[in-house]
Amino acid sequence: MPDGNATGIGASVPRKEDRRFITGKGNYTDDINRPNQTYAYFLRSDIAHATLNGVDTSAAEKAGGVVAVFTGADLAAAEVGGVPCGWALTFQNGDPMKEPGHPILAQGKVRHVGDPIAVVIAESRKQAKAAAAEIKVNLSDLPVVVDMTKAIEGGQSVHDEAEDNICFDWAIGDKAEVDAVFEGADHVTSIDIVNNRLIPNSMEPRVAIGDFEDSTGDYTLYTTTQNPHVIRLLMGAFVLKIPEHKLRVVSPDVGGGFGSKIFHYAEEAMVTWASAQINRPVKWTSDRSEAFMSDAHGRDHVTKASLALDKDGKFIGLKEETLANMGGYLSTFGPAIPTYMHSVLMAGVYTTPVIYSNIIAVFTNTVPVDAYRGAGRPEATYIIERLVDRAAREMGISQVELRRKNFIPEDAFPYQTPVALAYDSGNYNATLDTALKNGDVDGFDARKAESAKNGRLRGIGYSTYVEACGAAPSAVAGALGARAGLYECANVRVHPTGSVTVFTGSHSHGQGHETAFAQLVSEKLGMHTENIEIVHGDTEKIPFGMGTFGSRSLAVGGSAIDKALDKIIDKSRKIVSHILEAGEGDIKFADGNFTVAGTDKTMAFGEVALAAYVPHNYPLEELEPGLEETAFYDPTNFTYPAGCHVCEVEVDPTTGVTEVVKFTAADDPGTVVNPMIVEGQVHGGIAQGIGQALLEGCSYDDNGQLLTGSYMDYTMPRADNLPNYVVSTESTACTHNPLGVKGCGEVGAIGSPPAVINAIVDALSDLGVTDVAMPATPQTVWRAIQAAK
Amino acid sequence: MSNFQYMRASALDEAAAKVKGAEDGAVLAGGMTLLPSIKLGLSSPSDLVDLGGIGDLAGITSAGGSVTIGAMTCHADVANSGDVPPALAAMASGIGDRQVRNRGTIGGSIANNDPAADYPAACLALGATINTDQRSIAADDFFTGLFETALNDGEIITSVSFPTPDKAAYQKFTSPASRFALVGVFVAAGSDGVRVAVTGCGQGGVYRDADLESALAASFSADALADKSVSSDNLLSDIHAAADYRAHLIVEMTKRAVAACG
Repeated sequence: MPDGNATGIGASVPRKEDRRFITGKGNYTDDINRPNQTYAYFLRSDIAHATLNGVDTSAAEKAGGVVAVFTGADLAAAEVGGVPCGWALTFQNGDPMKEPGHPILAQGKVRHVGDPIAVVIAESRKQAKAAAAEIKVNLSDLPVVVDMTKAIEGGQSVHDEAEDNICFDWAIGDKAEVDAVFEGADHVTSIDIVNNRLIPNSMEPRVAIGDFEDSTGDYTLYTTTQNPHVIRLLMGAFVLKIPEHKLRVVSPDVGGGFGSKIFHYAEEAMVTWASAQINRPVKWTSDRSEAFMSDAHGRDHVTKASLALDKDGKFIGLKEETLANMGGYLSTFGPAIPTYMHSVLMAGVYTTPVIYSNIIAVFTNTVPVDAYRGAGRPEATYIIERLVDRAAREMGISQVELRRKNFIPEDAFPYQTPVALAYDSGNYNATLDTALKNGDVDGFDARKAESAKNGRLRGIGYSTYVEACGAAPSAVAGALGARAGLYECANVRVHPTGSVTVFTGSHSHGQGHETAFAQLVSEKLGMHTENIEIVHGDTEKIPFGMGTFGSRSLAVGGSAIDKALDKIIDKSRKIVSHILEAGEGDIKFADGNFTVAGTDKTMAFGEVALAAYVPHNYPLEELEPGLEETAFYDPTNFTYPAGCHVCEVEVDPTTGVTEVVKFTAADDPGTVVNPMIVEGQVHGGIAQGIGQALLEGCSYDDNGQLLTGSYMDYTMPRADNLPNYVVSTESTACTHNPLGVKGCGEVGAIGSPPAVINAIVDALSDLGVTDVAMPATPQTVWRAIQAAK
Repeated sequence: MSNFQYMRASALDEAAAKVKGAEDGAVLAGGMTLLPSIKLGLSSPSDLVDLGGIGDLAGITSAGGSVTIGAMTCHADVANSGDVPPALAAMASGIGDRQVRNRGTIGGSIANNDPAADYPAACLALGATINTDQRSIAADDFFTGLFETALNDGEIITSVSFPTPDKAAYQKFTSPASRFALVGVFVAAGSDGVRVAVTGCGQGGVYRDADLESALAASFSADALADKSVSSDNLLSDIHAAADYRAHLIVEMTKRAVAACG
């Protein structure tokens, strides 16, 4: 932070966006209303699997206020495409994954409760909903597959293209080599894990407004997405065949995404297409019940995993076999999550030399599954850290000692793992040391004794994790099946009086970009953030962007801003060189001023900006007027945030109620731009991690009915479920991006679940309990205790 | 949600007449269940008759060893009352959230007889009398099944009278998701003997557990239940608690309630 610059890198600048959010002045998609707007209501399947014999819309079309009714047949006749998948995996033999169509409205079959069958467009939401009740749907029930094991062992096919319900059977690592290591191991620890399915539940449900302008042929889609350019690309190119210059996607303030708003959803295409059919704007607003059955879910892995150790407790091999639920259709990044966001993380923070990960992706009659905060990495961390915890117990080695013994040492970076990724930097002992100290682990035994006096069983659990953020080197992603590049774009516009607007492809939906990105500019140009505006979320304003997911915004989007700022400074230096008649090499820029070395000649940045726009004394023969630069940044590697989470729980053994009484996190997010925002991100992530560990579990019955279809049954974490966290950072800089940043958006959700469950297992270990499933609800914990009796 | 006619009555007989005369009338008290049901399309009355304007339906009066709570008294007022048995006030303070406690009413709660509601357990355990515009009904005769009561069509609860117990306490084990009672046990000891009412568990709604009552009648202590178990037959079962877990919690919550009686 330069002297006198209170808003540069490292300052806890209050979030610029919060005033409008907390005073109700945010502009969310549902706040947008277009003249002459109509309202869409989707009729969704209430059964999980059936042949769709026909849809009779005649009565609905005559209902009051109805403008139009569309079915899958209408879209097929109009040759509207299906929702595309953005990542192509292969079978182990190289065959492409099974990629069945995903129609905008069901065609031929319905495949999960919530699958849209028809859309009614009317003058009001109420009229649309009432008319939908008049639609007669002719369905013939089919057997339902919910359980993945049953699905692949002769279960009813969800798609004809994948008769055995296997989307792909993929692996990384040499199975024979790993098996041989296990044969010779002194100790093998094994575990069966269910990584519970989660329903995202962003505060703002999804909304989409399609607005076609007949006079120009221009389409506008207002939608609650994390990445408007990606939606424009996917929907324009693959679904509706609208070229980019005729399609604008606007994503204004968005009330949380957590991954579930990355994907291109059928409703977006539906309202856009329908708007052109009826030549009026069409608005759809999801209600909460609808969100439960139409937003992509997260997690849902069933895993068998083993860790091989030598007699000293050194990890010598690891293997996993995982069934990963894809749901009824492939969502945008569904296939990437259990593979390139998961298997490649199976080394964790350890020097395990050989690893084999086999992922079988399975179709079932459930809502599609895709990225949710952490996306693949929480599943990897959970497997590794549960295995390590169990191995330590089995071998009688302390949890801390076994981890330290196997950490990748500080001097081993860059470190090539056996599962493709190469970690650039880290210091796992440092975050562990900090967590042990801040969590007063030395005092645990005394606290445990105190709890015992009150009839409570106290346990402590550890998780030392690493994850991969900052997706991604485009060439690498492309080689691994991505159908897009994963760079980011920034445009920095310096105005004539020196204030700055940054147009970024990184969308903000709660992360605080408007503040953190402004701090990057403040740091580099030496100006206060009040003179800097960050603009995002509109394809008409932003040159391009891949959007916000995988904790990539600062590492990739921030680096793009940094590159654009470099160009601004380079050009400014040329202007200064001309005006001050000095060599470019002699001109220094610091704290917002250009100075000529060895002289008292100086020019403030604002004066340079004015000179660029009022070029009376300007090198016009060499340089264009104006001061605006665009940069694209494509990273050379992922970034690798890591850290240590320590959790303490108290269990009431008579009821099974578990309370998290202490939670300590020491994370390495790389360079910290805004400590307050990082702390907030970590808090939120831990809340979701504790939610997964203790509370949240999507549940279907055997008929594919969603048993957790509302907050009456789906348990969201609430303030009184959570302790006061002790969080801190212990950073090592990323070595390959200009800011040294790694990421912090997901670390909380990635690191915390195994710490919580390991703590419960520790608390119950004296009772003989060795495993507790997530979510560790009171009933689940009570049953684990009963089973151990 | 369908349209309905709204009417705010100023007198009890006016409300009763209006409900009776409607095609499918419903009485609106606090609306904590009825309004969400209407919004979700689960209920579609033609007419809503709001009792909120009838002044003498709200309030708490005590006389002759019993306390009478007007049907339109909200939970917060019961929670904050020094006139009601402390166990009843404590129970009311744990219903729903702050908003619910300031809108929801005792009359609405017991007329609805949700199998996970708290008030029905209090009424049963304390041996309350439910007074209507037509008669008085003992709590033992009032709760007849899931969402079912002894009320006739159009009959309106006016107040509930509670005798003062010697000892009483309520223990609630909440559903992690909804925070309704997964298991709620109200224990009371008084001139009527020991009464143990269980909510959240019964397939037929709130009920008294005779077995637990006799054990406690013999010795009113948590220790008396040390080896006690209750059958899981006829108990509710759902994703949060199967019947056997509920059975276990009934005994545990009863012990805690007895211990809380001091």
